[in-house]
Amino acid sequence: MYDYLLPEFIVERREDSCIRCRVCERQCANEVHLYDTELDRFFLSEKDCVGCQRCVALCPTGALYVHPRQADYRPNSSWTRDKMQNLKKQAATGGVILTGSGNDKPIRVYWDHLLLNASQVTNPSIDPLREPMELQTFLGRKPDTLKIEISAGKAKLASEMFPNVPVQIPLVFSAMSLGAISYPAFKSLAMAAKEAGVLFNTGEGGLPVEMRDEYADCAIVQCASGRFGVDLDYLNSARIIEIKIGQGAKPGIGGHLPGEKVSDYIAQTRMIPRGTDALSPAPQHDIYSIEDLSMLIYALKEATNYTKPVSVKIAAVHNVAAIASGIVRAGADIVAIDGIRGGTGAAPLATRDNVGIPLELALAAVDKRLRDEGIRNRCSVMAAGGIRSSADAIKAIALGADGVYIGTAALVAMGCTLCHKCYTGRCNWGICTQDPYLTKRLNPELTSQRLVNLLRSWSHEIQEMLGGLGVNAIESLRGNHEHLRGVGLEEWELNILGVKGAGE
Amino acid sequence: MLVQKYYESERFVPDKEMDACGLFGVMHTGGVRFGGQMAIDAIKNMKVRGSGLGGGFAIYGLYPKYKDYYALHIIYQNKNLAAKKVVETFLKKHFYVVFDEEIPTNPDIRLFAPPLAWRYFVAPQKSGVEEDVPDDEYVISKVMYLNSEIEDAYVFSSGKDAGVFKGVGFPEEIADYFMLEQLYEGYIWTVHSRFPTNTPGWWGGAHPLSILDWTVVHNGEISSYGANRRFLEMHNYYCTLHTDTEVLAYAVDLLMRRQGLPIEVVAKILAPPMWEAIRYMSDNDKELYTALRMTYAPLLMNGPFTVIVAHHNEMIGLTDRIRLRPITAGAKGELVFLSSEEAAIHAVCPDLELAWTPPGGEPVVVRLHTKDHLQSLNKSI
Repeated sequence: MYDYLLPEFIVERREDSCIRCRVCERQCANEVHLYDTELDRFFLSEKDCVGCQRCVALCPTGALYVHPRQADYRPNSSWTRDKMQNLKKQAATGGVILTGSGNDKPIRVYWDHLLLNASQVTNPSIDPLREPMELQTFLGRKPDTLKIEISAGKAKLASEMFPNVPVQIPLVFSAMSLGAISYPAFKSLAMAAKEAGVLFNTGEGGLPVEMRDEYADCAIVQCASGRFGVDLDYLNSARIIEIKIGQGAKPGIGGHLPGEKVSDYIAQTRMIPRGTDALSPAPQHDIYSIEDLSMLIYALKEATNYTKPVSVKIAAVHNVAAIASGIVRAGADIVAIDGIRGGTGAAPLATRDNVGIPLELALAAVDKRLRDEGIRNRCSVMAAGGIRSSADAIKAIALGADGVYIGTAALVAMGCTLCHKCYTGRCNWGICTQDPYLTKRLNPELTSQRLVNLLRSWSHEIQEMLGGLGVNAIESLRGNHEHLRGVGLEEWELNILGVKGAGE
Repeated sequence: MLVQKYYESERFVPDKEMDACGLFGVMHTGGVRFGGQMAIDAIKNMKVRGSGLGGGFAIYGLYPKYKDYYALHIIYQNKNLAAKKVVETFLKKHFYVVFDEEIPTNPDIRLFAPPLAWRYFVAPQKSGVEEDVPDDEYVISKVMYLNSEIEDAYVFSSGKDAGVFKGVGFPEEIADYFMLEQLYEGYIWTVHSRFPTNTPGWWGGAHPLSILDWTVVHNGEISSYGANRRFLEMHNYYCTLHTDTEVLAYAVDLLMRRQGLPIEVVAKILAPPMWEAIRYMSDNDKELYTALRMTYAPLLMNGPFTVIVAHHNEMIGLTDRIRLRPITAGAKGELVFLSSEEAAIHAVCPDLELAWTPPGGEPVVVRLHTKDHLQSLNKSI
């Protein structure tokens, strides 16, 4: 059926600069550039271009220019180009429109409306280049009180502690499964986490056996609704076990890895037959209520002899605060909140763009609720979903997060340009694909360095801002709303955030 | 919790007050009571550290005659007699009041809006479900009630055989107003001179701050205030005065009185060593200090502060982990001094035997009938 779709991008080639090296042709998995040797000219298949900018970035002479083609139809504020294109796609296929990556709709980004404080006169700011500036954070449950024994003038800890996992920087790579992303991308995250003293999250795609010796020590392993790759060794090799209830990009629905992507290696790691669709159900079918969740939490703790914190990840939805409180009471040591701008490898467009609430509001509400109930110390709170910079991360901590998950930002550091076509399996950057021709574009040795650099620069920036506030340990900013002020926000938004307006 | 109880959103919790200050404390480790001369002269010597917007004294061994009763020092702002009536009805209902009187003042001293100051010596009169509540908890809950619920009434102090005298003015003016030198003796005197930077002084906001027999005088600006306050709220401490000193006082009460931790450990919670230092400790200490920092991270007092905490038998001086505010210790015989400035100690004790500067995060613990304070001498800068 003819789809009547218009191209999304315009591809321009400066003929005077082009040297016919054909890099663009080789790099484009979507086959936008086709060279005809006889005619010595390029033909373009513009409608296949996804705007990933791979050809532009690699063109040695800068001859290419790819930019969005936005205003083909008569301008209409209600019936936008996107809306109309989607209708045509649906009319042609009768299917659900898929997309990848995070929500790109102009839902208010509260980070951009929150400003940080700094010291002037009454207390000194601290210079992180000259003085210690501590970012180390422990993830896990903290006791209500400690028992200390004193004998012969020497204090000794008499309480038994709950398992906690230290991270050198309160930044952790989000759950991105092997299968959704390529092996080199997955390995890069693991290598970077190890080098930087943080953690990476396996998602629900399992952890390859040969990676366990080296990287299990910095791994959060997920136990999701499909239970892919879960066995005793998998659970016991990790630092933290995460039960995935929901994902910010697609609250309320499961995942789908098409059979074509399930290669031998993926099949082995996920413990499923090669070539079968890996379907994660929408709910966990053994969790239909909070007491069921509690049973799974304790089953996992039993399986690992209470040596590992158990995290529960939920999407930020309307009554997230009450849900989080239930999760903590059910025995979780960590609650991860994934906001509406969280990324995904594949999700229905309607769900991604319309379900859930912004992380900032959810985070403030969860933190407040846990404090009001006097159980905030029983868990760590991880904030996930659309953290774009060190400033977003430090603001999340000031709003009450113990740590921050970064997913999309890490992908961008690896090369991703947010073309939103992760679900096609034709990622030209070698990140979100299983095609060996494409995945070999990522060299984990180099890519992991880019990730380590990203973490390093963020931690320097966080240290600078922290020192400016006059504190030298990250825990002194956690939940410290006094160091935030809002600009351009409505009264109700300030109230939910628990933040004063600028000048107040 | 505070937020639910008083405010629609945390957004409406008032800003905390900021101030810088001068501190002084002196204790006789033999328990001999002495007059206020030294404390008053020392704080006078540090006049530039205050701005006349707040001063106060805490004295231990103050009321030997009533030493088994809780001594409540209560002020009524604007001399509000209606508030006094409400308070006294409340006291009669919940306590046995064995004696009460107006705290004598010198009418010749002119101060800014002096309130009516009254003292009550009381014993708990528990009934119903509160029968099993320990005395201290009972008194605290009643004091919290008075401070937060009754307009114009503030409980300055509520300890046994101890009391706080404070107000708006230079500390020596407060001393003259309450005639401290003529009327009182004690074996610990702590004193505070206040330099507020964002609020005019008010009588309740002066230091020392007190809860039961714990008093705190403090110099500094705690940048972690919001994190500290939220943690304390989880343990039912309502910060109604919005000062750094208040969070310090409650933190000390929570850790030392309620959780029973010794001051040497508490000092390492309020001003913990760096992770880098913990890494090189012995296994035992590493385990202890890691657990302390993990568990009590929200009670790390971050930013510049020096504090003198006192209760019966003990006076403790502590400065922040990177020593952004000064403290000096001195000793002569059984007298031990803590001060913002060494000169003030010399001014009141010309033949001082020892003077030392403890490092950041290292407490000077002065205990009755011991020489524990000398432990910090070995670690001094």
